[in-house]
Amino acid sequence: MLDDTPRTLVKVRDLKMHFPIFAGLFRRRVGEVKAVDGVSFDIIEGETLGLVGESGCGKSTCGRAVLRLYDITSGSISIDGQEIGDAGYQKLRPMRPQMQMVFQDPQASLNPRMTVARIISEPLDEHTTLSKAEKQERVYELMDAVGLNRDFANRYPHEFSGGQRQRIGIARALALNPKFIVCDEPIAALDVSIQAQVVNLLEELQDKFNLTYLFISHDLSMVRHIADRVAVMYLGKVAELAPRDALYSKPLHPYTEALLSAVPEPDPNVETRRERIILRGDVPSPAHPPQGCNFSTRCPKVMDICHQSDPDMQEVEPGHFVACHLYPPTTKPTTKNMVASEANKSIQQGE
Amino acid sequence: MFTYTVRRLLLAIPTLLIISLIIFLLLDLAPGDPTAQLPLTIPPEVKEKIRQSLGLGEPIHVRYFLWLKQFLVAEPLHVFDNLFGTHFADGMQRVISWQTRSPVADIVAQRLPQTLWVVGMSYVVGVLIALPIGIISAYKQYSWFDQIGTFISMLGFSVPTFFTGVLLIVIFAVNLGWFPSIYDTTHVVDSWDAFVFQVRQMIMPVMVLALYNAAQISRFMRASMLDNLGQDYVRTARAKGMSEKVVVLIHVLRNSMIPVITVIALGVPQIFGGAIITEQVFKVNGLGQLLITAIYANDIPMVQTLTFIFAVLIVLFNLIADILYGILDPRIRYD
Repeated sequence: MLDDTPRTLVKVRDLKMHFPIFAGLFRRRVGEVKAVDGVSFDIIEGETLGLVGESGCGKSTCGRAVLRLYDITSGSISIDGQEIGDAGYQKLRPMRPQMQMVFQDPQASLNPRMTVARIISEPLDEHTTLSKAEKQERVYELMDAVGLNRDFANRYPHEFSGGQRQRIGIARALALNPKFIVCDEPIAALDVSIQAQVVNLLEELQDKFNLTYLFISHDLSMVRHIADRVAVMYLGKVAELAPRDALYSKPLHPYTEALLSAVPEPDPNVETRRERIILRGDVPSPAHPPQGCNFSTRCPKVMDICHQSDPDMQEVEPGHFVACHLYPPTTKPTTKNMVASEANKSIQQGE
Repeated sequence: MFTYTVRRLLLAIPTLLIISLIIFLLLDLAPGDPTAQLPLTIPPEVKEKIRQSLGLGEPIHVRYFLWLKQFLVAEPLHVFDNLFGTHFADGMQRVISWQTRSPVADIVAQRLPQTLWVVGMSYVVGVLIALPIGIISAYKQYSWFDQIGTFISMLGFSVPTFFTGVLLIVIFAVNLGWFPSIYDTTHVVDSWDAFVFQVRQMIMPVMVLALYNAAQISRFMRASMLDNLGQDYVRTARAKGMSEKVVVLIHVLRNSMIPVITVIALGVPQIFGGAIITEQVFKVNGLGQLLITAIYANDIPMVQTLTFIFAVLIVLFNLIADILYGILDPRIRYD
């Protein structure tokens, strides 16, 4: 994975996205939903970082915040060396071409009153000075690239199947030759047979255009297929971040263990022997996260310290990061090319 | 789309016939006597003769079909004759008003311009005010602009026009003396000063009605915009790097206009119906005022004809709204 000269394309440090809650007669601000609460990771050029976690853990919010589709609460995001964490809307617009997003719901994310050709070419109108014929040619090129028939260019989104719509969404994202694409559960709304097609298409396009993906999903087996490294999120924080094989063969965080134990095995013999770790209780509300470790309310291996202090992210093995008190900080926190745990610590103490 | 339109138009014929029958029966069942207003010195025999001469002695189905023939055959032929100088309608009985003894159609033609000017203008003004308010209110939801807009909409919606009308008259006509309190229908616009006077006398009735219309439409616009602003395709448009203007005006507004245009189209027949109360308050002798006086005087042919014209317009604009929907929303196909 980490070749000779790994170039970090995306660098996220201590990203926080809190949504205010207004309540009461005068709609006062009574608290905030900590959807993403101090997330840090790097994405190396050309790789796919899988972001997994259960519903409501902040995966999608994290993906949108990284592209600055939200005004983030705090933290820094740099894409290709450019800091966008605090950039305003006008400053962001010229940077949009290099970062794009494929959305979860392929029906809702396409304007129902625009034809496919208009949907794909609209970014070209905005960011390029191509002539009409060139744009047309580019639209056809993109449709070819994602495997859509050119004859469909003048149809409306509702006339397509789910898989085809997702291809339109991908073609649209590719229109401006982006470097970095956030795939926000791009396959969750599709049939299993179509899922494979779309994932293979994404992989093909990655090879062809040297794309970098942040692949958000709750489908662990699909992430295992596509991702090079995987980050596991729980309640707005990254619990574990590791190369794919290390994570799937030897999960360190109790939450990751529980998550992986829930993946069904296709082999019935293995399946009967599979031991599921069943977590008790519900995910706490992100508006009132528990004290100490976020996972302490449900962790099967919970210790006293877990209720008191929040564990820091530390590199337990090369490239394998985990935030858990089970792994006492023996080594110094490294800042190699992954996570700056010091930054993490200072913010948490400040809270 | 064409076959759909033709099918709907064909379907409108039985619908309208049934509506006309219902109106006729309702008016016939309603108590009231066209001779009731006549002086008591007229002996009952004479009154009975008057009733006979008005055709009230005939059985109800004869009267209904007679009216139908007058309205659907005689009146259109008269219009045709007037336009092209032919003589098809000679000798045909027209629908005659019992009050004035002149053809109903002629009176309607006299009254229509006032209504179209005042009520139609108020609708246009209302829409022009409502759309920007709705758009900005939705875009800046819960801002002070939105709160004030909501408050004014509530006010316009809930305060009846006979109150706002009189209030405006008291403030602007009586106390301040800016505008005349009565609309002068005989006023002829032939010079700049005359035009200014026309504008001044129109302002108050137009504003009273525009407030009411704007309140309604701005709420629809706001709701529809809010519906679309939260949609994923808006986020897509932002992710594409579109300017905020393009996102709001091209993506969100165009999609939000679909239901709003339907509401606007469905409101158009009300213009022709006139605003009965507002026309009364400002003494605009338009269609609404014509209808109310005809009802007071038991002028059944007039009431019947006016109500039926409104019914035709409502059916027609329903169809127009449906067709507009089909044109604007590519997901809807009628074939």
